[in-house]
Amino acid sequence: MALEKITEVRGRGVHVAGNEIDTDRIIPARFMKCVTFDGLGEYLFYDVRKHEDGTDKDHPLNDARFSGASVLLSGENFGCGSSREHAPQALYRYGFRGIIAESYAEIFFGNCTTLGIPCFCATKEDIQTIAAAIEADPSIGIALDVANERIRFGDQSVTAVVRETARKALCDGKWDMIGELADGKDEIASVASKLDYMSR
Amino acid sequence: MSKSLFEKVWDAHAVKTLSNGQTQLLIGTHLIHEVTSPQAFGMLRDLGLKVAYPNRTFATVDHIVPTDQRQEPFADPLADAMIRELRKNCEETGVTFFDLPSGKQGIVHVVGPEQGITQPGTTIACGDSHTSTHGAFGAIAFGIGTTQIRDLLATQTMALAKLKVRRINVNGELRPGVYAKDVILHIIRTLGVKGGTGFAYEYGGSVFDNFTMEERMTVCNMSIEGGARAGYVNPDEKTFEYLKGRPYSPSGDYWDAAVETWKSFASDPDCSYDDVVEFDAADIAPTVTWGINPEQAIAVTENVPTVDGAADEDKELVAEALEYMKLPAGEPIAGTKVDVCFIGSCTNGRLSDFEEAAKYLEGHKVADGVKAIAVPGSQVVDAICREKGLHTVFEEAGFEWRGAGCSMCLAMNPDKLVGDQLSASSSNRNFKGRQGSPTGRTVLMSPVMVAAAAIRGEIADAREVFGVGELANA
Repeated sequence: MALEKITEVRGRGVHVAGNEIDTDRIIPARFMKCVTFDGLGEYLFYDVRKHEDGTDKDHPLNDARFSGASVLLSGENFGCGSSREHAPQALYRYGFRGIIAESYAEIFFGNCTTLGIPCFCATKEDIQTIAAAIEADPSIGIALDVANERIRFGDQSVTAVVRETARKALCDGKWDMIGELADGKDEIASVASKLDYMSR
Repeated sequence: MSKSLFEKVWDAHAVKTLSNGQTQLLIGTHLIHEVTSPQAFGMLRDLGLKVAYPNRTFATVDHIVPTDQRQEPFADPLADAMIRELRKNCEETGVTFFDLPSGKQGIVHVVGPEQGITQPGTTIACGDSHTSTHGAFGAIAFGIGTTQIRDLLATQTMALAKLKVRRINVNGELRPGVYAKDVILHIIRTLGVKGGTGFAYEYGGSVFDNFTMEERMTVCNMSIEGGARAGYVNPDEKTFEYLKGRPYSPSGDYWDAAVETWKSFASDPDCSYDDVVEFDAADIAPTVTWGINPEQAIAVTENVPTVDGAADEDKELVAEALEYMKLPAGEPIAGTKVDVCFIGSCTNGRLSDFEEAAKYLEGHKVADGVKAIAVPGSQVVDAICREKGLHTVFEEAGFEWRGAGCSMCLAMNPDKLVGDQLSASSSNRNFKGRQGSPTGRTVLMSPVMVAAAAIRGEIADAREVFGVGELANA
């Protein structure tokens, strides 16, 4: 299964400020009553984006200036909470192709990588600088350079980290592991055969 | 060389190193439920792949199951479609399904242990972050996403980077009226919600030695709330005693051999850890959350924090939490009016949780205007509670006794908060909107503290309400 080598993601940005933005915030549980991920993008950040009557709240994703943004900026421990892949799926289906945050929750980070969404870790100061540049000119292009761990925006650039296993997987086009995992069929059977509980 | 349990289990299940540097890890036991698995079965079909080890995947239905009107079809057509989809997927692939009519249905993290599927020295994964619960048995258990569920169905393995291990010792004696829930809330309050990132937590010390299996499960369950992807307790005689005679436990001649194998996985006494943290049991009080993540917790005797009193880096989040929770900064949290009281969930929905709460509820009545529900974690827990007459104690006190499921923990079924109702809850997350209303408020606490809140109609110190422990003796 040939996958795209994700060495760079380009797009416009939007800053959803805040720390500890959890997966219930990203996609409220009531929208997970579904048997496919189709259409989840519509419910991204629903409760912070919409009033209970369905009208828009004041939220960056409702701001026309940032419409079409594909790079999301946020704060610390982004994606904490539930393991629901519905969260990165909703981000992807809404149109996000890369994330910049101070840090990520583990399961969320892994889920994003598996979908080919690079998650960059940057300092609070650098995120604020990028956010300020976007605020000043929402049309500014952001380039997430996965291969070289740089973020370029306008005529500026900062260093940002993509965890090595994820960086390698994205750049090598091996972010979806199914092919490589399935190749090890005999080795799997051999390990399983040494574990009594597997056969009882 | 001495090794921790984590390293031993990891090494026994490692298949190979993958091209990205991660390990291909065999997951011996895969648990699935209706919310995060249907898409995985869909992906499998799209790729033309089969379930490789159907005898090592076990399914149940928990998140969307109504706890009152349980006959099918469910009133909610989406929920109904989800249970039918899971049933179909299990039938087609040969996966064992603890379905509603089985008498064994329940929350996946209650069902696994009580069926004896959860065993020491094994690897377990489930598309649910609270899979860390199973670590109570000395298993290494991971919450995973749906694409990884697909990987597991297709290969029984997944790609994972090795975690570091932090040993958390809690020594000394817990004070009366302090429960396992208070221990984990205290640990998270101290180490933070992201303190465990990159770590598995190994819990130990005299408090854990003395804990029952159900208490160990409560603590391991919330490891993920502290950022740790897995949490475990080394297996001991209590573990083996719990497992003996359960449906999927080893039996007959194989039992003794299994116990020997299980013992061999326990951390070597002189093994080294990446980090060690010590807690004194005497420092732990009945604990409640006041904010919008489980780190924002205080002793029930403390005041709600103020923005001014918070560290600079926390000010923003404290302000956000105070605004959302509508609690009076600087004032005692005890006395805060509650609207809903919920005892249940994969954290605190087991037999001992209901036994302990029932012990104190007898002879009391739920305060006027409070909706109180008790939701057993599984049909097995429900049946035992009924046999012991516990459900009557709850009902006579004014609780509704419901059928097994996730219920009000996460709002995927009819049990939800309305408007900005405040809920005293024995569950595990107090995120904004978690219990089903975008403005609903959650205060996490132990089941006995929920019972106290239900009786008083406000957040209250159970030791005082029920005369538990030192306050009663003062």
